[in-house]
Amino acid sequence: MTQPAMLETRDLARFFDVSRPLIQRALSREGRRMLRAVDGVTFEIPKGQTLSLVGESGCGKSTVARLVVGLYAPTRGEVIFDGRDLGDARSDATQRRRMQMIFQDPYASLNPRWRVRDIISEPIRAFGLLTDRGQIEARVGELLSQVGLSPLDGQKFPHEFSGGQRQRISIARALSSNPEFLVCDEPTSALDVSVQAQILNLMKDLQASLGLTYLFISHNLAVVRQVSDRVGVMYLGRLVENAPAETLFTTPRHPYTRALMEAIPDLDMTGRQRIPVGGEVPSPISPPSGCPFHPRCPLANDRCKAERPELIPARGTEQSQVACHAVEEGRDGGPQIEPAAVAMA
Amino acid sequence: MSNTQPLLEVRNLRVEFPTRRGTLVALNDVSFDIHPGEVLGVVGESGAGKSMTGAAIIGLLEPPGRIAGGTISLGGKRIDNLSPNEMRPIRGRQIGAIFQDPLTTLNPLYTVGRQLVETMTTHLPVTPAEARRKAIEWLELVGIPAAAQRIDSYPHEFSGGMRQRVVIALALCAEPKLIVADEPTTALDVSIQAQVIALLKTLAREKGTAMMLVTHDMGVIAETADRVAVMYAGRIVEIGAVRQVVKHPSHPYTIGLMGSIPPITHRLERMQQIEGAMPRLSAIPRGCAYNPRCPQVFERCRMDRPELMPAGETRAACWLYDAASEQGVLKAAQDA
Repeated sequence: MTQPAMLETRDLARFFDVSRPLIQRALSREGRRMLRAVDGVTFEIPKGQTLSLVGESGCGKSTVARLVVGLYAPTRGEVIFDGRDLGDARSDATQRRRMQMIFQDPYASLNPRWRVRDIISEPIRAFGLLTDRGQIEARVGELLSQVGLSPLDGQKFPHEFSGGQRQRISIARALSSNPEFLVCDEPTSALDVSVQAQILNLMKDLQASLGLTYLFISHNLAVVRQVSDRVGVMYLGRLVENAPAETLFTTPRHPYTRALMEAIPDLDMTGRQRIPVGGEVPSPISPPSGCPFHPRCPLANDRCKAERPELIPARGTEQSQVACHAVEEGRDGGPQIEPAAVAMA
Repeated sequence: MSNTQPLLEVRNLRVEFPTRRGTLVALNDVSFDIHPGEVLGVVGESGAGKSMTGAAIIGLLEPPGRIAGGTISLGGKRIDNLSPNEMRPIRGRQIGAIFQDPLTTLNPLYTVGRQLVETMTTHLPVTPAEARRKAIEWLELVGIPAAAQRIDSYPHEFSGGMRQRVVIALALCAEPKLIVADEPTTALDVSIQAQVIALLKTLAREKGTAMMLVTHDMGVIAETADRVAVMYAGRIVEIGAVRQVVKHPSHPYTIGLMGSIPPITHRLERMQQIEGAMPRLSAIPRGCAYNPRCPQVFERCRMDRPELMPAGETRAACWLYDAASEQGVLKAAQDA
């Protein structure tokens, strides 16, 4: 990684207090209960690149997104943006202007009572980037064209647009403060597949033309493959694997990553028999001891039940980090090629 | 499969929504069959009418929506013109329904056991004690561990995946001949989704139950369905064997839809996309509804509405396949 990091997190954690009220706790003599949504996540994103976080619901990927943009304060650890700890810079508008977020639901994230031009120009006005009305109007028109809408659409209200067009408006709003870094939390999950392709292409074009850095959150591995340089796989608040996208998809190492790939419906109809991973994600309030994946893992042994594996460079692959005792000890049979990748070769 | 009597026959189904600004046609001229033991997948984007088709079949159209034309027959008997009271014993006993969100399907105030027992005693000649025993069997069958203990739990005590298993048990316990499953796996995580699909497939096969599987996820269809109907703006635009529709789609919309699914096997520089969006019901264009977005559009598409016609191995509603026209002849020559 020769490029300097745009964003870095170090041992980032966020716990939520889900205890019962004090009186009830006192009566039943139970302690506080903490939900460990994110528990020690470390990664970095080089400038101009895309890191995706994938995982199932409740794995903490959206919480990481919110921690990164400062919607939550971390319980532990730090977020370093362009060399500066965001803990100190939280009130610093010049720092905040440089990062923006795109949300999942384009129906809920646009104020229905505002005209599109007001929605898009709000960050411009809030950060005081432009003050002249004519200039603001021109900038809004330019942003609308940039995301594939007409400058005249600024007159309209959000309800006059389809889901895909609304997501374009969200992107235009995010771009209006000239950010360098965008956090995209499931930006296409609420969209139909033909529209999803439009938005993904738009995001790629904008990254190329504006040199943006993305943190991309998604549960859809196929989408992640299309947009990512690196992929982090999360499970119960922790990163279990962090690898270059190509490596992750051709030679997934962590048993959970393999299980996720295995679970994707087979559109090529090769007729391969899928072996669904058993069980479900355990509760993050009382995660299993040792490796949190061990109750569902085919490779689990006594060490996995007792000792939590750290995210360390994996044997046999240069750039990958895996948190798995089986991979570390070589019990996983080494890097294995995914069946689909063989078929492609 | 084609020589058996179809279990479900839908013919020229038309569903309308009267509004203050005129009547909206939500479904138009929808026809298909489902045979016993067959899984028909229905795909399309939001607003294409796929859920509406399912709702019309189970007699649960949201008012003011109403069936304005066509027929729906189950086992040779019409069910589209029945009163709500006549429909109630058919729904549950002969047609089971599975919806997207398991939390809203289950009654949060009753234990899952009570809901299963109630369904069985309503529809089947069983005593409550027998029904309870069978309820435990069903919960075991759908893969709920320690079913005998969990039967007295409330829905909120189950996780999302387990709840959807309870919903499946509930839909199947009166042993219906047809199941209408509307996005049964959409609210679930991929690993749970795989478990639920495998379960539905096995149960449908073992019990010989026919299934109409409504989803926007082509991957789920490819794995589960025997045949697939593709819907666009309230009509079926292509129908055929799942392998043909997925691998060799004929209708330009199906081709675009399949092309815009991101592949998991490799990275594309640019994804294929269909320009524009599906028209609103109030503004369906004249001629073929897809014509403003279609890369192969020609004059006739803007004038006349195409019916389903043979197209390769499937049937598609597209003038490119009209053997009697210039374009049809051209297309046939290209394909040959």
